[in-house]
Amino acid sequence: MATLQLTQVAKRFDDTEVLKGIDLEVNDREFVVFVGPSGCGKSTLLRIIAGLESATSGDIVVDGERINEVGPADRGLAMVFQSYALYPHMTVEDNMGFSLRLAGVGKAQRRDKVREAARILQLEPLLDRKPKALSGGQRQRVAIGRAIVRNPSIFLFDEPLSNLDAALRVQMRIELARLHEELDATMIYVTHDQIEAMTMADKIVVLQAGEVEQVGSPMELYHHPRNRFVAGFIGSPKMNFLPVTASAADSDGVEVQLPGGGQRKVPVKGEGLSGGEPLELGIRPEHLVLDDEGPLEGRIQVLERLGGQTSLYLKMGEQLITLMADGDVEHRVHDLVRFGFEPQRAHLFDAEGLALESLQRHPLSRLVRQDSRERSENSRARPEDDA
Amino acid sequence: MNTSRTQRLVLAVVAWSITFVIFFPILWMFLTGFKTEAQAIADPTLFFTPTLESYAAIQSRANYFHFALNSVYVAFGSTLLALLIGIPSAYSMAFLPTKRTKGTLLWMLSTKMLPPVGVLVPIYLIFRDLGMLDTRIGLIVVYTLMNLPIVIWMLYTFFKDLPKDILEAGRMDGASTHQEILFLLIPLTLPGIASTGLLSVILSWNEAFWSLNLTSSRAAPLTAYIASFSSPEGLFWAKLSAASTMAVAPILIFGWLTQKQMVRGLTFGAVK
Repeated sequence: MATLQLTQVAKRFDDTEVLKGIDLEVNDREFVVFVGPSGCGKSTLLRIIAGLESATSGDIVVDGERINEVGPADRGLAMVFQSYALYPHMTVEDNMGFSLRLAGVGKAQRRDKVREAARILQLEPLLDRKPKALSGGQRQRVAIGRAIVRNPSIFLFDEPLSNLDAALRVQMRIELARLHEELDATMIYVTHDQIEAMTMADKIVVLQAGEVEQVGSPMELYHHPRNRFVAGFIGSPKMNFLPVTASAADSDGVEVQLPGGGQRKVPVKGEGLSGGEPLELGIRPEHLVLDDEGPLEGRIQVLERLGGQTSLYLKMGEQLITLMADGDVEHRVHDLVRFGFEPQRAHLFDAEGLALESLQRHPLSRLVRQDSRERSENSRARPEDDA
Repeated sequence: MNTSRTQRLVLAVVAWSITFVIFFPILWMFLTGFKTEAQAIADPTLFFTPTLESYAAIQSRANYFHFALNSVYVAFGSTLLALLIGIPSAYSMAFLPTKRTKGTLLWMLSTKMLPPVGVLVPIYLIFRDLGMLDTRIGLIVVYTLMNLPIVIWMLYTFFKDLPKDILEAGRMDGASTHQEILFLLIPLTLPGIASTGLLSVILSWNEAFWSLNLTSSRAAPLTAYIASFSSPEGLFWAKLSAASTMAVAPILIFGWLTQKQMVRGLTFGAVK
């Protein structure tokens, strides 16, 4: 069991407010990802949970116990650093066993635990090497191994993959997901990469300027972003935003006037909107479709053929719109094309950037990782877990 | 840019010339030690029959090893003490800095700008009252205080180069502050600590002002031994040179043996 509650956690450095009262709940065995642009406070929040930084105010509660004043080592957490932070003068085995050595664990027992972690991470042949004789991916695995050996209640990862090259990053992402399942542990993961967040998280926490913008499952954030920032941050390529005006609103949705003159009714809650109110229409590149009858028109400025897909960058007035089309489109640069979208795929944002709520929840937005849930149900039923 | 042969040749000649100018007094001292007193004050010449006369004379007049041993005790003792105080101080300044850390460092270094003679009388009186005149402990204390600003400053710059993450990882692993220093900081900055220590040894070994003023015989190190040859009867150049050669020889050999370490330490941050 390992849960974490943050209540109104705030941090200020001198005059700058880095975190402005964060409330968050992390459930047992959950994989939670903090994501946000650099400087949003995500790393500071992780360091506060780790105990490397103290919160200016607020409570940090692990398994029902307030740990604000508990030292980093006694919180039962383990952290993997962005720079790996291996001890360069120690072998892999000593690196992984250091915490046990400090805790006064005997040599034989230490060896067993390190071997076990090394087995999980396939590090056995490297145990006698020094960190400088390892590749980036291997170093990262040692750093994770060092965390595993401590048998922590919660794993903390601070941008662990950002120093790796693209191919290795994909591989480590898969490995981390596998580890999460094998270790059955609660994990908190910080990244600025929304792809890492989308692929690994049970729950994503989007942070900006020291505040939580939205908390939810990846699909929930993708389909129901709470505001313009989350909508733009989650999803790749980025969501397109078009200035529109509301022309009518009823219980079936809001009718908007598009830049080219067309009308579309977006199924969102918009009662109380008056006609002529300026709104922003958000539509993801993958939800725009080439359509000769479509309400929008743009000139192709750049065309990127990826094989299976083609990215079109369309000049529409002063705006550049991204459209993901099929790999076989025959258009060329400078062609004038018409395009459109399905209204239920679109989002509307008011003048403050807040999303108007969809009338229908996307069926996948409540999706959680089925397998790990089942596993945890099973393990809870096992008698030895009650002891 | 392609350095031509002549350019390199000119550079080499300049470098060797400068080295020679710097080294010349030491060479001359070394040679003079093997001359007779008459030869020593005669017209300078490189060609003479070397003699060990002066070395024999100085050995019969004073016990070299007594002074040498004092030098060893005092130089290494003060260095050890300076490191013992300096390492924790530099640790806190490098890893737990406050707004005043930079100022404190500068202030410490500024004490080195004060001429020592300015505090000679008070220190002499304090030492007299504490019974520390002409004791090795007294000299160790003075040298430690004298070198501490430089030691802390150097250690600080070496420690600053160590990624903070490594110590934080140690803290997550359960290391207390002293375990962090002992198991992580010291092993990882050992080259820097060693070169700091070597510098401190050399500075203490060569220090003359305090040793001449605070010691007379029991605790007198080699600097006092040399000075004792500029006697009231007048200057005896050959004997003085022989004594000086004997005094600098150990530290010169020591420096030569640890040269690699020194260079490694002084370029520690750059090549890491």
